[in-house]
Amino acid sequence: MSDMIKSEILDNKLFSPASDSEKATVEVMRPSVGYWKDAWRRLKANKVAMGSLIVILLVVLAAIIGPMLSPYAYDQINKGSENLPPSAQHIFGTDSLGRDLFTRTMIGARISLSVGVVAAIMISIIGILYGAISGYFGGWVDIVMMRIIDIVYSVPTILIVILLQVALKTPIDNFLNSASAPQFLKNLGVGLISIFFVLALLYWVDMARIVRGQILALKEQEFVLAAKVLGAGNRRIILKHLVPNCIGQIIVVATLKIPEAIFVESFLSFIGLGVSIPMASLGSLSQTALKGIYSYPYMLFFPAATISIIILSINLFGDGLRDALDPRMKK
Amino acid sequence: MLKYVLKRLLASLLTLCIMFTLTFFLMHLTPGSPFLGDGKITPEILANLEAKYGLDKPLLVQYKMYAMNILKGDLGESIKLSGQSVNEIIARKFPYSLKLGLFSSAIAIIMGTILGTISALKKNTAADRVIMIIVTVGIAVPSFVVATVSMVLFGVKLHLFPTVSLLDSFSSYILPGFALSFFPLSFITRLMRSSMLDVINQDYIRTARAKGLSERVVIFKHGLRNGILPVVTYAGPMIAGVVTGSFVIESIFSIPGLGSSFVTSITAKDYPTVMGVTIFYGALLIFMNFLVDIIYRFVDPRINIAK
Repeated sequence: MSDMIKSEILDNKLFSPASDSEKATVEVMRPSVGYWKDAWRRLKANKVAMGSLIVILLVVLAAIIGPMLSPYAYDQINKGSENLPPSAQHIFGTDSLGRDLFTRTMIGARISLSVGVVAAIMISIIGILYGAISGYFGGWVDIVMMRIIDIVYSVPTILIVILLQVALKTPIDNFLNSASAPQFLKNLGVGLISIFFVLALLYWVDMARIVRGQILALKEQEFVLAAKVLGAGNRRIILKHLVPNCIGQIIVVATLKIPEAIFVESFLSFIGLGVSIPMASLGSLSQTALKGIYSYPYMLFFPAATISIIILSINLFGDGLRDALDPRMKK
Repeated sequence: MLKYVLKRLLASLLTLCIMFTLTFFLMHLTPGSPFLGDGKITPEILANLEAKYGLDKPLLVQYKMYAMNILKGDLGESIKLSGQSVNEIIARKFPYSLKLGLFSSAIAIIMGTILGTISALKKNTAADRVIMIIVTVGIAVPSFVVATVSMVLFGVKLHLFPTVSLLDSFSSYILPGFALSFFPLSFITRLMRSSMLDVINQDYIRTARAKGLSERVVIFKHGLRNGILPVVTYAGPMIAGVVTGSFVIESIFSIPGLGSSFVTSITAKDYPTVMGVTIFYGALLIFMNFLVDIIYRFVDPRINIAK
């Protein structure tokens, strides 16, 4: 076909090879930039966010390998070196039992960070599924599901958190003492597991609302219709077409849930409902330090500063991430 | 309007019912008895005690009994502090929490509005940056850290303010009030800043300036009135949260308020006290939310209540 046109209508003499400058005008100057690369570029330009990212990475690194490098174990009681102020041997000093506070603070950071990350993942899973189902099906399903959210929203969270924390303790304890309980759960301990439960039960609401809002807008778009026409089921449309399209917001909300979870954990540990001794979390370290606050203020300073730095840097990084992943959400 | 108020009232009552039920079963499904742990209790005494407090009856009967009493305004009798009714405990301890909470809320709202407005009007100046840095830190630092650090610094080292507070003098309010208000203050400042930035770029502000009004009238009469709306929404739940959420601050400064006794009664399994305080706090919080919803519609007629 093309050969025919060429030979019959078009005369080759009418054509000449394009010059280099002509070629340059149609050449793609840069390779096209994908969503993630674009976001990363914006994020890199944000100095505050990058600074926070570096701080976060340093804290994570210290929390993971720090305790391994330390000459002391976090629960190792050193007789004769109680209540030492910070020195070369014990960088953050020691507590009333002679335990090295540097190691304990790093272990505490490890606990706090893992609470934050695990809680954020659980919150995301529940929130995404809830929000997606509510938004996608709409109608009475949506009305009922949104009512439930309203109720969860208006319940005084901190009271219920405390109540749940107390109420869950014994059932979880019984489960852990039974033979069928997996070993890794036993290692976590009652306090942490019930904190996970509490966080997962009460803190998914924001995520569900945001995902629902996104899905409401997305489900009217043509690609969803196309998927339906091609015979995709509801499950496939939600999981493969709708949820991936709001991944930007999901990541932002999940990131900002990490400091919130750390906040709750430290609060609970501080009033004595969190991790059980000799395990240390930043909240319980602060609480222990409170007893000797007049004589040994440094015992409070280090865990308190660590927790503030962690929350601050994740907050700032989350804000930067929001600007990078979704410029429309920028206020 | 009336229809809307009734609808919101109904929804609030429903939430309160659900919260009540949730609390009741959570508390009672927890194994263990409030009377154990004293050591010298024989089974007979235990049975007598449980009969006295109705703990020997089936759960649903207890639930019904308790609900009926609540409707009469009776929150029951404390198990641990014998002879005291929960109503009395709340009446004695809540004033401390209320005073501290209102003081902190006032600081948070006034200071937050002022700082946020300054920050918005002086955008990208040194003042704005300093305020934003303080505020960003304020959102990240947990209240128990603020409380303990300020206690050590201003109470123990500098001896400026008392560290143990019975809330009997103005200076005894300063430290706990500051600790409790730091987070909401920071939050309100941020809220106020972004809403003021929105407002001062609106056309009606340009009109006000164009017709020659003084900057003071433009900012206070035209700007602030509109800019403060988001703060109104936040203020209701915040006041309730600050009044009820001072567990940590109260125990750090040894304030004999309701928050610290709530934590103690939970660990002591003092069911009636825990239930009573939860319902009391919950009702307060839900009432504040209800109030704010109604007020908001008066303040901002653009929101259509009839829908």
